[in-house]
Amino acid sequence: MSISDILTDQFKDSVEFSDQQNCLFIKDPSKWDKISLFIKNDKRMKFNYLMCISGYDLDDGVNLGLAYNFSSTELKTYLEVRIEFAYLTHIPSVTPLWRAADWHEREAYDLFGILFDNHPDMKRILLPDDWEGHPLRKDYITPEYYKGMPVPKDKSYWE
Amino acid sequence: MFKVIDKSIINADEMVLNMGPQHPSTHGVLRLRIITDGEIVSKVEPVIGYLHRCFEKHCENLSYEQIVPFTDRCDYLASMHMSHSYSMAVEKLMDVELPERVEYIRVVVAELQRIASHLIAVGAFGLDVGAITPFTWTLRDRERILDLFEMLCGARLLYNYVWPGGVSHDLPPNFIQKTHEFLDYFLPQIDEYNQVLTTNKIFIERSADVGVLPLDVGINYGVSGPSLRASGTSFDLRKDEPYSVYDKFDFNIPVGEGLMGTVGDCWDRYYVRVLEMKESAKIVRQALDSIPSGDVHEALPKKIRPKKGEVYSRYESARGDVGFYIKSDGKNIPQRLKMRSPAYCNLSVLNEISSGWMISDVITVLGSLDIVLGEIDR
Amino acid sequence: MSDEYYVKNDLSLVERFDKDNVVVAKLDDLINWGRAGSPWFFQFGLACCAIEMMAAAGPRHDLERFGMMPRATPRQADVMIVAGTVTLKMAERVKRLFEQMADPKYVISMGSCSNSGGPYWQHGYHVLKGVDIVVPVDVYIPGCPPRPEALIQGILELQKKIKLDTPLRKKS
Repeated sequence: MSISDILTDQFKDSVEFSDQQNCLFIKDPSKWDKISLFIKNDKRMKFNYLMCISGYDLDDGVNLGLAYNFSSTELKTYLEVRIEFAYLTHIPSVTPLWRAADWHEREAYDLFGILFDNHPDMKRILLPDDWEGHPLRKDYITPEYYKGMPVPKDKSYWE
Repeated sequence: MFKVIDKSIINADEMVLNMGPQHPSTHGVLRLRIITDGEIVSKVEPVIGYLHRCFEKHCENLSYEQIVPFTDRCDYLASMHMSHSYSMAVEKLMDVELPERVEYIRVVVAELQRIASHLIAVGAFGLDVGAITPFTWTLRDRERILDLFEMLCGARLLYNYVWPGGVSHDLPPNFIQKTHEFLDYFLPQIDEYNQVLTTNKIFIERSADVGVLPLDVGINYGVSGPSLRASGTSFDLRKDEPYSVYDKFDFNIPVGEGLMGTVGDCWDRYYVRVLEMKESAKIVRQALDSIPSGDVHEALPKKIRPKKGEVYSRYESARGDVGFYIKSDGKNIPQRLKMRSPAYCNLSVLNEISSGWMISDVITVLGSLDIVLGEIDR
Repeated sequence: MSDEYYVKNDLSLVERFDKDNVVVAKLDDLINWGRAGSPWFFQFGLACCAIEMMAAAGPRHDLERFGMMPRATPRQADVMIVAGTVTLKMAERVKRLFEQMADPKYVISMGSCSNSGGPYWQHGYHVLKGVDIVVPVDVYIPGCPPRPEALIQGILELQKKIKLDTPLRKKS
């Protein structure tokens, strides 16, 4: 049985496998913690290596997305999982299963504003702690000043 | 291995030390908040972001050709690897077929860059532990590699050489002969480094059995590259999922065996890098002896405008597993580009393997993990 | 040698008495000569330009022959070479470290990122567009990254600037 058959068998309507994009779509973000436990522990899949978590912004002003890339070091297989959701939805964190997710989820929160549940230490990682806004959103506007230093490229109004 | 002292015996509070962003041995602007009990460390918290240069935001506003110099500046010690990995991702998205000569030139350049990056890693590790002379020796040998690169494309550090679809300049007439001369000079130098540093008693005392990384912890944290191979696995993308023309060459993958202490300690991570330099020299020789002729600019596209889709491509750089996740929606500008940097995951394991050791051992472990802040903070 | 020889060849008083055991010079010149001859630099390498600074201090382009020794702490340094991109998170630390240096102190801005933001000027929301917003800069060295020979030329320009200084005059 291929990976897509195993998963659609187990979780029925919450997932959808797209052959054209070769990835798994999770339709219901609240089921993600059960699905991730299954992906890690099931003997036919054994995805023990989390490579990357990327957030992305679908340009419609409402939805954000998360893309997870897993690989299995024993069975040499590869899986990509995607979740798309509206802003301010809470996503269960996979940090208890793969510790690599710790810093990647902090970065997704920092740059996109995606909120995670059950994360051990959720705070900003790349930007200063008192920064306002989430820069990689498509509707982000660069602030004029940060603590007295001018930020934008055109310094003429300041000089 | 030291134990944190039982608090009922001595009344000592924990102290928070700040190894600030400017420090001669933190390999860049990294801040470590170390919570210690006397001299023994109980927790290390790396604080990053002091070099966050908004690489991903720039990529959303520049065309695919204009992004190549920015990828160079992410990992500035192995910039050929970064631009090669990015070019491979774009070529996968666009389904471009490359001429053989381009692939061979890219392999030669990538392996020379691996040697140059490992030379700095080895020298800087010696510097962290206290040996200053090997650092000057490795810098001297690295200058000869930079001379070769300067002959090839004009720049010493940030090349803008590997473009999606080809390379920017062909090999100059006497490049092959000069590279063979360099390799003949370089291989005996590795024996010199071994004499001075690898089998040095003080170096072994400082680095063997310190900061042991067990294999399952490493995989759970997403560690890759020489830092993971020192823990006993031969997991290398050049052999497991060969890309480019790596399947045509014959080379070994050095694996850490715990010759001087436990498997996966700092000495192993250092020694794996020394052995990898020898293997890279082998690959360069084989590639130069069998390089085909052709035109390197043949497959360069006039305009890079991929179809709608996503790609995640992996590449083995000097520090580990680089991944580029590119999402395109048909325009000549990517909609989202994310770079998965290996040093980001390698650094997150620092707390796990250095608790219970002394403060100077934290520096040893940090040096053996070989991080570059430019690719961590992007 | 007669006086006309010295005036025509633009030689100072210091060179005039070099054969005897007497040196007559302005005290300003003597102090400037001492200061310019050994500017100890504070290694403030942030990004890619730091690698070129290390290569300049390495065996091939030797910086020690100009008297420059790398110091790890600002309290013992004379020159701060800001090499690399300065981000907003780092900017207040740059200012604090500059204030910890003892007078007389100089700043060399190395590379285009610290001159004016560099290649990140356009969409960098977290990049400081030029380190001269927070510290006063004496010498700017362009390049991305500048070659070690360019850094050496920048240091020679700084030495020329130090020799024009007037340390004994009361500053109004």
